[in-house]
Amino acid sequence: MASDLREKVLEKYSARVYKNRKEHVIAIGEGNKDTITANTRAIPGIITQRGCCYAGCKGVVLGPIKDAAIIVHGPIGCAFYAWGTRRHKAFADEKDGEKADCYLEYCFSTDMQEPDIVFGGEKKLKQAITEVIDIFHPAIVLICSTCPVGLIGDDIHAVARWTETELGTKAIAFSCEGYKGVSQSAGHHIANNQLIRYIIGTGDKEPKTQYSVNLLGEYNIGGDGWEVERLLKRCGIEVVSVFTGGGSYRDLKNSHLAHLNLVQCHRSINYVAEMMQDKYGIDWLKVNFVGIESSAKSLRDIGEYFGDEELKARIEEVIADEIAAITDELDYYKSKLKGKSAALYVGGSRSHHYQLLLKDFGVRTVLAGYEFAHRDDYEGREVIPDIKPDADSKNIESIEVEPDPKYYKVLLTQEQKEKLLEKGVALNYYEGMFKGMEEGAIITDDLNHFETEEFLKVLKPDVFFSGIKDKFVTQKNGMLSRQLHSYDYSGPYAGFRGAITFGHDLVMGLYTPAWSYIRAPWQKVPSIQGTLGGEA
Amino acid sequence: MLNYTPKQICDRKALRINPAKTCQPVGALYAALGVHGCLPHSHGSQGCVAFHRMYLTRHFKDPVMASSSSFTEGASVFGGGSNLKTATKNIFDLYDPEIIAVHTTCLSETIGDDLNALITDMSIPEGKYVVHCNTPSYKGSHVTGFTNMVTGFINYLATKTGTSNEKVCLMPGFVNPGDMREYKKLLNAMKVPFIMLPDTTGVLDGPMTGKYEMFPKGGTLINDIKALGDCKETIALGVQTSEASAEALKKKCSVPFKSLPLPMGVEATDEFMLALQAFSKEDVPANIEEERGQLVDMMIDIHPYTYGKKVAIYGDPDTVLGIAAFALELGMIPKYMLTGTPGSQFESAGKALLDKFGVEGCTVKADGDLFLLHQWIKNEKVDLLIGGTHGKTIARAEDIPLVRMGFPIIDRYIHSYMPLVGYKGAMRMAELIANALMDYQDSHCEEKDLEVVM
Repeated sequence: MASDLREKVLEKYSARVYKNRKEHVIAIGEGNKDTITANTRAIPGIITQRGCCYAGCKGVVLGPIKDAAIIVHGPIGCAFYAWGTRRHKAFADEKDGEKADCYLEYCFSTDMQEPDIVFGGEKKLKQAITEVIDIFHPAIVLICSTCPVGLIGDDIHAVARWTETELGTKAIAFSCEGYKGVSQSAGHHIANNQLIRYIIGTGDKEPKTQYSVNLLGEYNIGGDGWEVERLLKRCGIEVVSVFTGGGSYRDLKNSHLAHLNLVQCHRSINYVAEMMQDKYGIDWLKVNFVGIESSAKSLRDIGEYFGDEELKARIEEVIADEIAAITDELDYYKSKLKGKSAALYVGGSRSHHYQLLLKDFGVRTVLAGYEFAHRDDYEGREVIPDIKPDADSKNIESIEVEPDPKYYKVLLTQEQKEKLLEKGVALNYYEGMFKGMEEGAIITDDLNHFETEEFLKVLKPDVFFSGIKDKFVTQKNGMLSRQLHSYDYSGPYAGFRGAITFGHDLVMGLYTPAWSYIRAPWQKVPSIQGTLGGEA
Repeated sequence: MLNYTPKQICDRKALRINPAKTCQPVGALYAALGVHGCLPHSHGSQGCVAFHRMYLTRHFKDPVMASSSSFTEGASVFGGGSNLKTATKNIFDLYDPEIIAVHTTCLSETIGDDLNALITDMSIPEGKYVVHCNTPSYKGSHVTGFTNMVTGFINYLATKTGTSNEKVCLMPGFVNPGDMREYKKLLNAMKVPFIMLPDTTGVLDGPMTGKYEMFPKGGTLINDIKALGDCKETIALGVQTSEASAEALKKKCSVPFKSLPLPMGVEATDEFMLALQAFSKEDVPANIEEERGQLVDMMIDIHPYTYGKKVAIYGDPDTVLGIAAFALELGMIPKYMLTGTPGSQFESAGKALLDKFGVEGCTVKADGDLFLLHQWIKNEKVDLLIGGTHGKTIARAEDIPLVRMGFPIIDRYIHSYMPLVGYKGAMRMAELIANALMDYQDSHCEEKDLEVVM
């Protein structure tokens, strides 16, 4: 039984660590209620794979906004490490005569020195902002703080206001010090709050069609977002803005005028989705453009939401055409992958999405976990009322918004929403990862190095999908590891075409000839050939 | 690419753009990995160590282990003492290293955690060690962090017993395991008994065996670090990286030191060989002399392609100086030499090199960045760029060939296995440089001018 196996791994812990970890590691089903503890502090010294609040705010949500000059206020490291390492693609473009610059090749920092720590860094930050505006003329300046900034008391929000009044350039500050919260997740929340406060709703460009959407929580890793946009456009659906992969301040400010929000990554952007619903009446739909079945369902759900028969017919055409184009390759990769098993440990959403893509190829999931997801990402949003904030997350501001007097609109009546639900389209809802999972699968929240090694040893999956820090550990053990953050510099993996690229990459990884050379030939044959002890 | 970088040099006082350095702890982490059975530990919030492990993994394409104190907001206000205590207990329980090497981040430095006191108060299992160094990110660069960690090991462990072990303490500088292997080859060839600290060979250039080892075979042994106090002398390679650690060993155990530039190119390697010879009084063996001869032969062979070519070199101070020295030996002009690491030693050493070869009109700058370097290039172009991965945007924007040397190189494979030091390393540099220039000629000359023989 999976729960015995789980016990066997966890029993090696000291009593104190066991008490903590047993709540974060569960086996699906087997007569137990599928409930987990998540979003609590990491155990010191355990070798967690988690990052920090700054990474969640600057690295994930803000970093991709291409036309913003993002100044990292802190010593050089934080800016340096987030420079070009996450593969959110973008380029400068023009839309209806309005240009959006792209600064992603640049890394801006105040490079704080000891005197800045001692005497405060506000003066230097102001000077750096003045310089970035002089040189680059950005449409907007975003300021991100790092660990020491909060400790020495620099008021970056005052500096943002100063930038607007003195220099006439829009500026927003983000207090995303690395020690806040317990993971990247706090940073998502902090970024979301400022987006709704200062960017969303500040533009007035109406969408051109009645089928207009925002793509939320899509960071265009390896071009994923572009592939999704291509599909939506084929169907006749207008993409107003993307939060935030390939996205721009130019477009984000008009996002409140779209008719529907599509949520790809629930964890990082559900706050914006919820607040836009409260403030502008825009419903959101959890979509998943990873996987063939999932992509088709996501497109159909959008069709159902808008309810237009012509649109629905076009969506069916597009799905049929896209699938027809990949059938041969899909069959081939399926024949190579069917019956394999996988373990997945990614940040806050992909561990769910990619299970569905793997299913398309006949690959089973034996273990799945998140670095920093919350219980609702595991168990579904229905558990949100039961989640109690703890001391570490209480300090992360949660904001309430009121309906906007000018822009609040209602697109669907309650009756229409109920009809949608009957058709299997749940608006403003995410079911979580657990519901589709097989009995006996292991779930690991905030998986650490020790558990990674132990679980892989006993579960022996054919591939471990994780990040760069796990990759070579796994491969040194002779097991394939593919990165589901960076896609090992490949992609896109989204949509129908992306599924094929993913299938190709997985087959390539499993069947590459070098795996067969790990043991030298002399290790496989007896080293001395001859007779023993005088035997004839 | 880099379309917003103006030709007109901007007067910047506060804004750093496209840095040519990163922060201290990643260097400390790298140094700690060069000690056998050691788990590096980052005393700060966990984001730092995630970034540092990520960066080193991307450079070496090998596992990089380290733990964190995982500060939360509470610890940031009230101090991280209990986090460190819990971490140490968990680390020894679960991962059982021989030694934990603690470094700090800007968080624990700003709140002023007293690691000396914290470690003294800690209960450490019998036969195990916890050492530390302070690595505030707002001072120096990753190179400084490397130096501080090496010094930290010495401060805690090096002991003078009074009986000399007749060995050399070799401080390798911030170089790849491929370079450290080359040092060992030369020391062995010269019959010099030595202890090298740190030694990342066998740690970050390990083989594929089908079995992951959390603490691989390589790394300087703890007993060898202790024995550094009984060494006859220290050879500190890379003045800016290693001299402070050599000073610390001298101060603590009265081991005299010789400070040398990284042995890159002919003359610096010659100097290194002479230092080894002075120690062992052995003749340079024929095969090493042959290597040197091969190198000089190659330099003469390729001179039509390298002579007078202008090159921009950026990266870590000792590495840039080493590459520049070899470029000068090849008859090239190191038009721009730039490091992000602060320190006037870089500029004076760079200028001394230029003077020695009588080359004028070049710029040497410490504490610079790649935005500035790009602006210089826009004003006066070069034929070649040498440095880490981040120069690739400049290379593409200005259509200049790029040779990757130094740290970090995160967009190519295998480089860290291969040396840049010694005669062998210089041969590799010569090949990389000549190939880059000749490939450029092949891809850019008119079709009628494409040469079959070059």
